[in-house]
Amino acid sequence: MQLTLWTYEGPPHVGAMRIATAMEGVHYVLHAPQGDTYADLLFTMIQRDAKRPPVTYTTFQARDLGGDTAELFKNAAREAFERFRPQAMIVGASCTAELIQDDPGGLCKALNLPVPVVPLELPSYQRKENWGAAETFYQLVRHLADTSVRRAPRESGQRARCNILGPTALGFRHRDDLREITGLLTQMDIDINVTAPQGASPADLARLGDADFNVVLYPEIASIAAGWLKRTFGQPVTTVVPIGSGATCDFIREVAALAGVDPESVLDNPNARAPWYSRSVDSTYLTSKRVFVFGDATHVVAAARIAQDEMGFTVVGLGTYSREFAREVREAAQLYGVEALICDDYLDVEARIAELQPELVLGTQMERHIAKRLGIPCAVISAPVHVQDFPARYSPQMGFEGANVLFDTWVHPLMMGLEEHLIGMFRGDAEFHEDAAPSHLGGSVSRSAVGATQPAEDSAEVPDEAATAQADQAIAVAASSSAQVVATWSADAEKELKKIPFFVRGKARRNTEHYARDQGLPVITLETLYDAKAHHSR
Amino acid sequence: MNTVIPIQPAVGGCTDAPVLRERGQREVFCGLTGIIWLHRKIQDAFFLVVGSRTCAHLIQSAAGVMIFAEPRFATAIIDERDLAGLADCNEELDRVVTRLLARRPEIKLLFLVGSCPSEVIKLDLSRAAQRLSSQFMPNVRVLNYSGSGIETTFTQGEDACLASLVPSLPPAKADAAPALMVVGTLADVVEDQFTRLFSAMGLGSVAFFPPRHADRLPSVGPNTRYLLAQPFLADTAVALEARGAHRLSAPFPLGVEGTTAWLQAAATAMGVNADRFEQVTAPARRRAESALVRQRVQLAGKQIFFFPDSQLEIPLARFLSRELGMLLTEVGTPYLHKQHLAPELALLPAGTVLSEGQHVENQLDRCRAAQPDIVVCGLGLANPLEAEGFTTKWAIELVFTPIQGYEQAADLAELFSRPLLRRQKINNAPVPLALGKTLAASVAGA
Repeated sequence: MQLTLWTYEGPPHVGAMRIATAMEGVHYVLHAPQGDTYADLLFTMIQRDAKRPPVTYTTFQARDLGGDTAELFKNAAREAFERFRPQAMIVGASCTAELIQDDPGGLCKALNLPVPVVPLELPSYQRKENWGAAETFYQLVRHLADTSVRRAPRESGQRARCNILGPTALGFRHRDDLREITGLLTQMDIDINVTAPQGASPADLARLGDADFNVVLYPEIASIAAGWLKRTFGQPVTTVVPIGSGATCDFIREVAALAGVDPESVLDNPNARAPWYSRSVDSTYLTSKRVFVFGDATHVVAAARIAQDEMGFTVVGLGTYSREFAREVREAAQLYGVEALICDDYLDVEARIAELQPELVLGTQMERHIAKRLGIPCAVISAPVHVQDFPARYSPQMGFEGANVLFDTWVHPLMMGLEEHLIGMFRGDAEFHEDAAPSHLGGSVSRSAVGATQPAEDSAEVPDEAATAQADQAIAVAASSSAQVVATWSADAEKELKKIPFFVRGKARRNTEHYARDQGLPVITLETLYDAKAHHSR
Repeated sequence: MNTVIPIQPAVGGCTDAPVLRERGQREVFCGLTGIIWLHRKIQDAFFLVVGSRTCAHLIQSAAGVMIFAEPRFATAIIDERDLAGLADCNEELDRVVTRLLARRPEIKLLFLVGSCPSEVIKLDLSRAAQRLSSQFMPNVRVLNYSGSGIETTFTQGEDACLASLVPSLPPAKADAAPALMVVGTLADVVEDQFTRLFSAMGLGSVAFFPPRHADRLPSVGPNTRYLLAQPFLADTAVALEARGAHRLSAPFPLGVEGTTAWLQAAATAMGVNADRFEQVTAPARRRAESALVRQRVQLAGKQIFFFPDSQLEIPLARFLSRELGMLLTEVGTPYLHKQHLAPELALLPAGTVLSEGQHVENQLDRCRAAQPDIVVCGLGLANPLEAEGFTTKWAIELVFTPIQGYEQAADLAELFSRPLLRRQKINNAPVPLALGKTLAASVAGA
């Protein structure tokens, strides 16, 4: 038993729903108790789908358990077929139905439906959402791909043709990534045979073999299916996920080699602004910003590369909740000399972030909350999805436009941080101090009567200090160390500290106290302050 | 002589009306969802679901949990090892609970909440609760109930939770004077309003159950007169009656009429005289009535269709039809408790179509045929119905928003008028052709 306060991924049948909902003409009959229909709202409320997901739930109750749940399943499947007339059905069990072992696949076979029925075995007590999506997609491809449909060898001058694999319903920016990459491939004079699962029908899956190669956008979803297609049809698979400018260039070269086209014309993209923006002098302040990266494997590996190579940040930690891809993430971590955190307990992630004290967190919506609590800027780079991850505007992560989006998304929270410092700086001024009433109220009313007694000079530091205190507390909890005593500050050292610009003062205080602790110094003197400065500047 | 507003039963009413009972796919939450409001109400209680990843995912999806640093609910996720018998489920549960309580010393009441998987594998949570309770008392009381979807629908989770808490209520003294207890979770603000009304009537010590803190459990005994604040508390009522308490039959406190009748039931049972009652309730009543006038302009004559959700549907339908002049096309409810709802049914207009349970596809067909002006439904159905051109009201908001009592009567009406007003306001704006196509496709696909 695992104590779980919050989970990054849903159960595997939600992954199956993501495939069914992405496709056309597929219906999913799910053997499940009342309540499991909650999953519908993920699609109708987070993704704002105008249609219900194509899923029928059997809704068995306690009183059915003694009776015939199998019959209930058969009726539901028959009714679903008659009402929705899908081209193919998938059938399976949610966690509870798995325990009663009704064998939906076998039961459905007995119905002799006139369409292909793909049975799913998704072990709910072992696996999670992304695996469920990958397995479902693989099973659909295996059952529906016509192995007699094969791409004839290409004649010279004939355009290459590929499949795009991976985009699903409820995917993190899949909608816009797909548009971006489709555009890129079209620009390279490559034809798209089938895009799947998003928008594909069972008939489309049947013609998967009629392509020269496969483009895998999301390995979490499509790598098992792509592996089977490679073995069956000999279709090579792309290995680079085009997130970031560098990866997009690599992807273009990889695809160009597979398609036998010249990559140069598409590599020269006037709208690829991110590489120039990060070379612009105003980006100098981004140098060596310490970042922590967490999310699904694909987005984490890509984000770490962008952070280090394209933004000039320092990756101080990275991790993933995708255990299936732990190896890939560990390998990536080695590139940055850090140890990967493979974990799906957000409290452990929080402890790691608190311990590392990064200046920017790139994570999921959960890390956004963690970062907010710790007072650290954050940008969201990965699922689990939130309604905010389905913006009305075009906002891909992939391709050159995706790189532009990432530049903006990551830099904005850092700029916001700077603006907060500016507010803090002016807060020390005579007409803009903490006790001054807002100017739009005339500025004459003093707020000191309400009980604000903090001297104006110190108030600039307050947000930072509060955040630090909170973070320190979190570290203390994480390390469960009770013996660490913070050294006291001598009056002259404290005075000197106040001369340090406020926006680095919190950090200077932290570093000095850390140094004093390491050196076992009970009192921080002027000397200690500068010793610490020298120590940390090495 | 009673000067209180006489309640006019609807002509005929629905007391003996036929009910369409359906079986099929249910588009409703399971009882685990009740944890979302129960943990806010009982501020030192923790809810530990013993279940699967689906349970954890359900609660966080329904609650939008990410806002909480460390919520007072969690799931002990059963894994393969537990099922294969490699790990003793009870030992595992003890380990999880011990770790949890060590981390959260402020917790005084722990509920082990059964789920579909724990029920199916017949994990005996009542024994586990006893065992853990004896280990952690007096600091922490450990109780159990089932919020599983195979046994409970949405708000029934609260019923199961409160019923499990009833045996822990201290017994009232044998010679105790009659005492009033309000049963069912109400928002704190609503509770405070009722407290003020009751004390103005001279009823000083009205108990609310569940209490805000685990150590303030009200006593119960033959002197207890209890008033249900929610229509879904069947098992809790049975448990209270087993302790000797007497139920005061009344409509539920939704709208002016319902609130007045509900308060009247308490006043009558507790011997409050009619003048006093009138004096205390009149100002709030008049204020609420005048606030409803504006809402009535929006809502009168509009047709409303209820998909089953929280069991609040019948009292809501009564309020909307009698105080706002809405027309009821179908009132669906997951479960109809004829006895507790008898005063409500008597007030519904005769001929109202009532349905219990659900076959969602058939019900959608009926809804499309009825073409109501507004549909009350769950979040899974709302946007698809909007895309088909219906105006919808999310049923779940009716559970999470304070809607009971005089001061909330107009707020409650506004929950229904706002979607109608919204459609009216934005429907005049031209839409790009693409939106028209999206909407048409959704109708074709439905």
